[in-house]
Amino acid sequence: MKRRHFLTLSAASVGGALVYTLDRRPYVVSAQDKPVRVPLRFFTETEALDVAAAVARIFPSDESGPGANEAGVVVYVDRQLAGPYGRDRYRYTQGPFESGIPEQGYQGKATPREIYREGVKKIAGLSKLAPVEQDAALKQIETTSFFTLMRTHTIEGMFCDPMHGGNIGMIGWQLIGFPGPRMTYFEDVDSHYGNPFRPKPQSLRQVVGRPVKPSEDEA
Amino acid sequence: MKRLPEVDAVIVGGGWTGLLMAHQLASRTSMSVVVLERGAPRKTRDYLDTMDELDYAIRLRMMQDISKETVTFRHSERGRALPVRQYGSFLPGAGVGGAGEHWSGISYRYVPDSFDLLTKTKEKYGAKRLPEDHAIQDWGVSYAELEPHYTRTERLMGISGKAGNLNGKLIEGGNIFEGPRSEEYPTPPMKMPYLAALFRDASKSLGYHPYPLPAATTSQPYTNPDGVSRAGCSYCGYCERYGCMIGAKSQPTNTLIPLLAKRKNFTLRPGCWVRRVTVEGGQARGVTCIDASGEEVFQPAGIVFLASWTLNNTRLLMLSKVPDPHQNLGRNLTHQISIPAATVFTEKPLNRFMGAGSAGIAMNDFDADVFDHSNVPFLRGGHIYTVCYGFRPMANFGVMPPSRKAQWGSAWKKAALDAYDRTGRISFYGEHLAYKGNFMDLDPVYKDAQGDPLLRLTLDWRDNERNMAKFMAEKATGIARAMGAREITPFPGLKSYDATRYQSTHIQGGAIMGASPATSVVNSYLQHWSANNLFVIGSSAFPQNPSGNPTLTAMALTYRAADAIVERYVKKPGSLV
Repeated sequence: MKRRHFLTLSAASVGGALVYTLDRRPYVVSAQDKPVRVPLRFFTETEALDVAAAVARIFPSDESGPGANEAGVVVYVDRQLAGPYGRDRYRYTQGPFESGIPEQGYQGKATPREIYREGVKKIAGLSKLAPVEQDAALKQIETTSFFTLMRTHTIEGMFCDPMHGGNIGMIGWQLIGFPGPRMTYFEDVDSHYGNPFRPKPQSLRQVVGRPVKPSEDEA
Repeated sequence: MKRLPEVDAVIVGGGWTGLLMAHQLASRTSMSVVVLERGAPRKTRDYLDTMDELDYAIRLRMMQDISKETVTFRHSERGRALPVRQYGSFLPGAGVGGAGEHWSGISYRYVPDSFDLLTKTKEKYGAKRLPEDHAIQDWGVSYAELEPHYTRTERLMGISGKAGNLNGKLIEGGNIFEGPRSEEYPTPPMKMPYLAALFRDASKSLGYHPYPLPAATTSQPYTNPDGVSRAGCSYCGYCERYGCMIGAKSQPTNTLIPLLAKRKNFTLRPGCWVRRVTVEGGQARGVTCIDASGEEVFQPAGIVFLASWTLNNTRLLMLSKVPDPHQNLGRNLTHQISIPAATVFTEKPLNRFMGAGSAGIAMNDFDADVFDHSNVPFLRGGHIYTVCYGFRPMANFGVMPPSRKAQWGSAWKKAALDAYDRTGRISFYGEHLAYKGNFMDLDPVYKDAQGDPLLRLTLDWRDNERNMAKFMAEKATGIARAMGAREITPFPGLKSYDATRYQSTHIQGGAIMGASPATSVVNSYLQHWSANNLFVIGSSAFPQNPSGNPTLTAMALTYRAADAIVERYVKKPGSLV
């Protein structure tokens, strides 16, 4: 039987986060809890640690605010790769596969899962390096499709609805002043000209009052 | 193959035009009408769950399933066509309501001279000004003939806006370059988000004529002439790529389905993928489809309508080998010039999460032929506009001012955070002329999930488009300066057609209309020249793209065709021209 992998997150850094138990039941972590072991759906623990280190250099936690670590970007990426997106459910994948011109878009056969599984080998051990060395290692691969994909996923994991595993505690939305889904701005849309209007973020689950099934949980 | 009981009319595609035709036939005649829709049923209340950027705007839940069917694409006959493997430059919808569910709702009429483009251009500039490879032609219908149907469509949807030309009288604050309209818009303009207000003031200061975008995201509660009531827009910002959760954006499911659901002579069959239309002896006999249970069935019908969007309409006619004696099928493929003409970085925050798919402002001072083209290196034009559709963080985080080069790490993050809510776009929609070298046919290599050949697009820009884009980017940059932008990224220039960059879902041609079977596939009533009980409706009929969003025109042509069918064809079948 396949060994189950977990990623350990410090409860203090993800207080209030919605995570999922092994049987995919939602579970809210509070800051007082012990460190949480998030069951991984796609990565091994080693892979998850290296990807977590990479995305934390792409979107660092620094003086301008929290980053990929606090938002749980690696959890987002893990779930996406385990789900239909990871196996290319949203792409035309019939052959023949030929190399084309850039305007024809990505023509490769490799799925996002395969791109990560190969790519992560090139950053093996990254989590054990110092930030400066991590940056140097990422610089070596920054023109690869793996890095481009990881950069895209970092942005997605920072700003997705929390139901997808990233943007824990809506930390990414707070960072940019995005309120998430909301029923109305009728009174506000033509007010506040030139002044920041920053309503408190709400998740989709909070707005609709019940859980919504995300695409990564579909077949 | 199972043969279903014959019906009076079968309509392929349950989007705007298909359901409008269905409603006209089912409410004005006793005909039995069946609509076959490839996708799933939908209701307004389903859309509450759709306010999720990842699943709807990035994973594109409302679109056709690209894993089953796509198109192949090349720039010219010399190039090798390869499949568009993931959505890029356009987003075809599937499901009841079609792309009419996930649209933005910007609702233009086309200007009068676009319907006589060949005649008017030759008259004014001479035939030698026409591009060498052009395939421009007149539509076979005039603006004056379509005007009442435009008005009906605006009233059906409750379009919000401000008239600029009411029966020939020009009105400040509206689009003074539009064709004469017989009535004011049914609802007043939408509210103006901050970015749009900046554009309005800047363009006015330069002497231009800005006006609020005509919007199907209706500004206030509205009851249409059919008695269908809808809420007013709440500016939540989830329109384009989403369905409207309160039904304020006019969509087939909230505007036509409520009426159709009451008709006993109407049947909607979702989950039916039509593969062929059968034409024998100059008459359409029905269509073959894979139904929701996966069984292939034949649906015989007295009249067959194809209303499955430009690319599907064209492909179905090709796969079915519907007679095309003059080889017009597939030609005049046009898209639309759609560019971020100038990206503006403002001093003050824009609060851009608020808005609607058609809340914004435009100016048509460089549209069509409203300015003299004698001394510019291109024909025609378009509208410069900004729409505050609801800024989405995943799509927009990291759009950087030209002075910042980092792409990741602390420096990038800091600059991107600073730019995030200070980024606005001035866009340009421009006319795409028709050329002989831009066309559709069946791909010899790639197949859909059923094993049928994919449609192959041969498509590229010409100098007319490149020169127009350059000219308009300069004008937009001038407006950006007048807006007080602290930095501006002008559009770098139109090079080759790029299937990976979203442009618009406004693709036209393939089964074009015209005055003669020698130069067109359908007549001005969208009736096929080779089978008078086969109608091909939608923007597949447009001989070329006249810059604005196509839905209103596709609907106006459908109303006009429906009148002719109900008033004349049903009583005496035959050619309507």
